[in-house]
Amino acid sequence: MKSQTKARPASPAKGRRLAAFAFLSPGLTYLIVLLLIPLGLVLSYTVFRRGRFGGIIYEFTLENFTRLIDPLYLGIVGSSVRIAALTTLLALLIGYPTAYVIAHLPPKWKTIALVAIVLPFWTNFIIRVYAWIMLLSGPGVINSVLGTKFELLYKEGTVVTGLLYSYLPLMVLPLYAAIEKLDPQLREASANLGASGFTTFRKVTLPLTLPGVVTGCLFVFVPSFGNFVIPEMLGGGKSIMVGNLIRNEFLSTRDWPFGATLSLALIAVLILLLMVQSWAARRA
Amino acid sequence: MFRTRFTRRLPAAVAVAGLALAVAACGGGSTGASGSSAEPTAKAAELNANADLSKQSLAVTVWDGYTPKELPEKAKAALKISDLKITIHDTNETAMTKLTAGGDSGLDVAFVSGQYAQALNEQGLLEPIHPELIPNLSNLYPEATQLSYDKGNKYSVPYTWGTTGICYRSDLVKAEPKSWNDLLKPPAWAEKKVTMMTTERWLALPALKALGYSVNTDKDEEIAKAKELLVAQKPHLLGYDDTTFGDKLKSGEALMVEAWDGWCPTTDPKQNIKFVVPSEGSDLWVDTMVILKSSKNKEAAHALINYILSPDIHSWAAANINYKVPNKAAMDQVKVPEGSLLGIKPAELLNGESIRDLGEGSTKFGRLSTEVRATQ
Amino acid sequence: MRRPRFLYIPFWASLVFLYLPIIMLVVMSFNSGRSAYTYEGFSLKWYGELAKDEGIRNGLINTLIVATCSTVIATVLGTLLAVGLARYSRSRVLDALALMPGVLPDLVLAIGLLIFYVLVRTTFGIETLGLGAVTAAHALFSMAFVTAVVRTRLTGSDTSLEEASRDLGAGAVTTFMKVTLPQLMPGVVAGALLAFTLSLDEFVIAFFTIGNTEQTLPIVIYSMIRFGVTPKINALAAILLLVSFTAVIAGQRMTKIGESRAQN
Repeated sequence: MKSQTKARPASPAKGRRLAAFAFLSPGLTYLIVLLLIPLGLVLSYTVFRRGRFGGIIYEFTLENFTRLIDPLYLGIVGSSVRIAALTTLLALLIGYPTAYVIAHLPPKWKTIALVAIVLPFWTNFIIRVYAWIMLLSGPGVINSVLGTKFELLYKEGTVVTGLLYSYLPLMVLPLYAAIEKLDPQLREASANLGASGFTTFRKVTLPLTLPGVVTGCLFVFVPSFGNFVIPEMLGGGKSIMVGNLIRNEFLSTRDWPFGATLSLALIAVLILLLMVQSWAARRA
Repeated sequence: MFRTRFTRRLPAAVAVAGLALAVAACGGGSTGASGSSAEPTAKAAELNANADLSKQSLAVTVWDGYTPKELPEKAKAALKISDLKITIHDTNETAMTKLTAGGDSGLDVAFVSGQYAQALNEQGLLEPIHPELIPNLSNLYPEATQLSYDKGNKYSVPYTWGTTGICYRSDLVKAEPKSWNDLLKPPAWAEKKVTMMTTERWLALPALKALGYSVNTDKDEEIAKAKELLVAQKPHLLGYDDTTFGDKLKSGEALMVEAWDGWCPTTDPKQNIKFVVPSEGSDLWVDTMVILKSSKNKEAAHALINYILSPDIHSWAAANINYKVPNKAAMDQVKVPEGSLLGIKPAELLNGESIRDLGEGSTKFGRLSTEVRATQ
Repeated sequence: MRRPRFLYIPFWASLVFLYLPIIMLVVMSFNSGRSAYTYEGFSLKWYGELAKDEGIRNGLINTLIVATCSTVIATVLGTLLAVGLARYSRSRVLDALALMPGVLPDLVLAIGLLIFYVLVRTTFGIETLGLGAVTAAHALFSMAFVTAVVRTRLTGSDTSLEEASRDLGAGAVTTFMKVTLPQLMPGVVAGALLAFTLSLDEFVIAFFTIGNTEQTLPIVIYSMIRFGVTPKINALAAILLLVSFTAVIAGQRMTKIGESRAQN
């Protein structure tokens, strides 16, 4: 259903401009001051050089950009994309039904269910990871209970599990908001016209919740891509993702210019993804 | 609509603003260069030995639990300074980021490892140590004044020191490890039960030493050979771990791990964990105290360091967290339990090579670490 | 309402998946050993240790302050922005901008803000920005999530009610408060919940933007990692879970009572 903005002879265009200003300016000002300026500051380092012992030498250079084109980094990006994509897919497969069920609960239970989804994340990250290690390790709980000797830790699959765990709520909550909005009459109409449950889902529900799906996927994919703690703690440090790469450049090597360049490349891709999301959202 | 006109100009306007600010930032107080735009800092000769400390307060950044919990109260009482605030950092790297971000970090004293102190000094961020304000420097072992990253303790004062080696389960290993190769090429019974450290200099250490190279080499061929060793090791490794290897040993997940001596729980009541410095040699790591040039409380900072070097305070680290301190007066006060690593003598420690910051060469180790960890 | 049975399987699977480690974690709070990792026996001592730990107590208070304030700011700004973008803007650039803080690598944002705050402090001669700096930073990325979640309720939705309201002479503000906002509420609630959750356990940005006078809880806990995180933290988590859970149930009970009172 497309939204139509009709000209309203009664209200002046000036009132509309005022409303636009009122709604948009607080948020936008905040973003300009606290996002764009700090980002501008960091990204400006991309054209400078690392000092001998860290710090910045303010001489203009483009060498950071040529360094980007390196099979080592492309390989890391590749495996990060693979892991993040797998995580996102799993999150969607589990998250959509979960959000769907919650959206259809009686009102009293809706809030409780939503809180239940985020409550685990009101504990501390480190002990959650330790808990996973306890579950998955050789002498850990799963192996002890089942009497097996599965090697579940320090593998790529472990990293996916850890990422899925951390970001599942970021899939469920936007989906919940999107699904809950649906007019049940649409679905009943579809059913009355003879469509099966699955067809209704495919042709009515899914398209209408697509913006929520895209948002949820974005919120799971991107942080998974940039995460550095999970690959270190649950992956045994044996795989390195883009997040580790950026972190190492800024913190260990103290090469802020190159770290900024890597970030710029990442942000460029991000903006692309965000524009796709915007297109999907506005299409509905 | 004014929206579209506005938004088209917006990104450009902001990019310009950002660049302008960056230029202003480097004009004013450049990141990593000396000279904050605050008051002029006292020159080396001008610190006032009789300064009124009650007008000074201190902000210190240190690892959590590395200093006694009562230090702030005790120091305030003993030195009569107006306040002592402890800020905690989890790694050298994050502390460094705060200290080098430009301007005044608001910190007076920082606890960082030796090569990081060296890097800070090279960037002009440290106040030279004024020995006349720290009489307790005489408590240090003579060996502790000859550390290669800062000979003569010109800008740093050592707080704890030790070495890196192999920490292992004496009850579960089939043969006691003696060489770095026992980690690098683990025997069959230790397959996937060994770990290495993640920090790039310590990751490279076993390989460099096993090949007979210096830990401070920046020769490409040597680093490349070290990388080959590490890449070959990877399939036999349990993982890379800087923080939980002690737990892995205790649970039996790992049998041998690369560890700093202070972290190796040899005094565990079950008596089954031992530490060895491999035959090829190792490093000498030192955690130091430094004073920031941007500090407005330099006299108080010196007084604090002097206070920490007093035997009663300094011995706390050895007595409570099992770290050796380079302070003869303090160590003499400590009762060293049987088999404890606190018994390693300074002369032995000095066999280790101090890790130094390699300037441009540092990036080679960053790359080594990335390549090894990225290998599938 | 027809709800296919099989959908409940992933639903319960999610809950089990989410809570399995939580159960482990609570069990470990009763560990007699020092490790948060290897169980050695039963003990209540960590709850006692927790009560004595001032660093954790202050950290917790600071974290709660930052989380609450940043959630309020983020929810207000984010909701307004969502409406503005959906109803008064066609720009994809602005859409992308609004979501950026939520998808940027946190380290990059942290360092950018660090430099920015240093600049602000030197330019305006402020000694320290304290918790305000962290709150502002958290509000920044939380806002992105609130905007995104609230947007999903606005896209393609029916504006006829709003238009009717305007036709009847109600001003923009009244229309917003009485017509739009109620429709958005589930999204606003979900967004606020997300914002609060994200701020509670956020370490990287907090670490780099906080001054030298305060710590937040995640900073305190992360810094314990060098000497080992003890089950004290598990005890803290167990208590937080219990308190939050009780608060939510109590909150629900009270709304029910309120509703039934209103009906009578």
